Amino acid sequence: MPAEKILLMGVNHKTTPVEVREKIALSNGYEAPLTALRGTEGLREYYLLSTCNRVEFLLVVDDREAVEDEIIRFLFGEQVDKNKCLDYLYILRGNDAVHHLFMVAASLDSMIVGEAQILGQLKEAYRHAAGLGTTGPLLNKLLHKSFSVAKRVRTETAIGSAAVSISYAAVQLAKKIFGNITEKKVLLIGAGEMAELAAEHLVGQGVKKVVVANRTLSRAVDLAKRFHGSAVSIEELVGQLEFVDIIISSTGATDIILHRDEVKSVMRARMNKPLFFIDIAVPRDLDPGLNDLENVYLYDIDDLKYVVEMNKTERDKEAVKATRIVDEETLKFERYYQSLAVAPTIQELREMIEQISRAELAKTVSKIESISAKDKQRLEKMALAIGNKIMHNPLMYLKNNSCAGRDRRDQKVSAVRELFGLGNSSENE
Amino acid sequence: MRELSDILYITVLGVTGVAVAAYLVYFVRQNTEVRKIARMILVASGVVQTLYILSRFFQGGHTPIISQHEAVIFFAWASTWAYLSFRWRYTVKNFGTFVSVLIFVLLLISLFSSREMPPLLPALQSAWLPVHAGVSVLAYGFLALAFCGGVMYLLQERELKSKKFGFFFSRFPSLDALDQLNNHCITAGFIFLTLGIVTGSVWARQAWGTYWQWDPKETWSLITWFLYLVQIHQRFTVGWRGKRAAVMAIVGFASVLFTLWGVTYLLGGIHSYAS
Repeated sequence: MPAEKILLMGVNHKTTPVEVREKIALSNGYEAPLTALRGTEGLREYYLLSTCNRVEFLLVVDDREAVEDEIIRFLFGEQVDKNKCLDYLYILRGNDAVHHLFMVAASLDSMIVGEAQILGQLKEAYRHAAGLGTTGPLLNKLLHKSFSVAKRVRTETAIGSAAVSISYAAVQLAKKIFGNITEKKVLLIGAGEMAELAAEHLVGQGVKKVVVANRTLSRAVDLAKRFHGSAVSIEELVGQLEFVDIIISSTGATDIILHRDEVKSVMRARMNKPLFFIDIAVPRDLDPGLNDLENVYLYDIDDLKYVVEMNKTERDKEAVKATRIVDEETLKFERYYQSLAVAPTIQELREMIEQISRAELAKTVSKIESISAKDKQRLEKMALAIGNKIMHNPLMYLKNNSCAGRDRRDQKVSAVRELFGLGNSSENE
Repeated sequence: MRELSDILYITVLGVTGVAVAAYLVYFVRQNTEVRKIARMILVASGVVQTLYILSRFFQGGHTPIISQHEAVIFFAWASTWAYLSFRWRYTVKNFGTFVSVLIFVLLLISLFSSREMPPLLPALQSAWLPVHAGVSVLAYGFLALAFCGGVMYLLQERELKSKKFGFFFSRFPSLDALDQLNNHCITAGFIFLTLGIVTGSVWARQAWGTYWQWDPKETWSLITWFLYLVQIHQRFTVGWRGKRAAVMAIVGFASVLFTLWGVTYLLGGIHSYAS
């Protein structure tokens, strides 16, 4: 059943190189794209996750193909050939989509498996979608479920511990270049969350000083205060390169903010002391040509992947455990989803009413001292009739397929179930 | 004496071979116990090398550095002790593996030259012989270390630049450590090289009456000296470091090897061991 309705489409770091991803990345927040999709034919519920490593739509649809085309146009623009897009884009349906969502939430699909940032990003994306009312009962349920899956994975496996973040990779590389980093200075360009985390890690490893450069100086000052560092304006960037050693860039700029020739001229002033650039922005902030300069090392977000892969084996064991949890939860969700079908709900409702009637009847009968078998039969008939009469309209409501021409059955089912307090056996909560 | 010397020579080869094997095992396994053992064997190799040289000294009655074989043995000995003294002050991860391989290769080369002891030419009968040759060979030892460091730097830098981390990445020290090693070893090597040239020059004045006579070996020593001088000067003034310094260490060492062998076999002259 879910195969027809739940759809997940997206691009991520595995399928798509950063050159393509940076063109897609929706850098101006969630509101614009979410509003733009409002009213798309055949689209019932939707939500969008956009991070530097992935852009993913989770959709509940009535008309799969129309929506697929619409989303592809939305992601890649009109001019790109659909078949070419399919090289980068993955489209998952039903259980596969649910499974993928859980994998993402549990940080098993992350570039750096086990990093904790993704869950926060997922929750934020959901907040935006829910705020704009683009999610409905199914997605609400599904996304909340994904949060609890993530939590379960985190508590039951060691996937989130140690050695598994971008920051760790950055520190590891810095140590391979500089050896001892306690005398080194760090420059943060932009005040993104990831950059902040990486800086935190470097400070934890004892770097000497942190300098923050940001377009809005006040934000830079705030952040600098946290690390007992200093703030500079973005215009001073090139001049600062003479004094710092590690540069972490994560601005929202759409263009390159630091070019090869600018850095080249600085290297002379630095007496060729090495510079280590980490570009975690998508689209990228730093000229890829920087890496060709002598004593300059540039790592963008994809490059960090290789570093992380080195300490993979230990994590792989945990990932197997975590994947098993995800499989389990996917199965549970499937069972829950199936319970949303009309027939079992009707069945359950009937059983519940009958049970209540019979229970109450038994209580009453036991209190009446002398009752004939015939009277008892009459009472029983009445009790059941009351139940059935009450249930008539709710059942008709459920059975009636058309609702303003659109199939709203699962919404109705979930409303009725909630109204009558029908639990779902698929959840052990 | 002759027999003892032969036994010592075979022991040197054997012990060094075992040291290399132990270092290679350590390189693959990265087990600190193995490293300790490897280093102890290398120290033993250094001691046996010293004994072998002493045995030849007593056998011939003069500093054994006048034949091709002796020069190479001395070279290996200098590299060994330069490394062990360096190791005493600095730790550079897995440097020992590379150096021990180099030492072993030098010892293998010594197999191919005659172990006969040529008579000492009258011109070489001087107290300057051990001083001049000893200092020069010690310079070669340090420059050999710089060469090893340079090779490691280039390998490590290539992995960092290309972002493809292979077998070496985790096993190699940081670029900074390798660059510092390059700086220290080239500086030490350069000082000894300068001393070697100065003592040689003073000796030449005594032996032949002239400080400098453009013998091919002298010329090539000077070329080598200038190569290292340029590197040291450029590091100091404009910051030649990293890859460039590593390449210079390799080029300089090629020049050292040419001075040692190329000159002897291709150009001849008064320094030729063949004479």
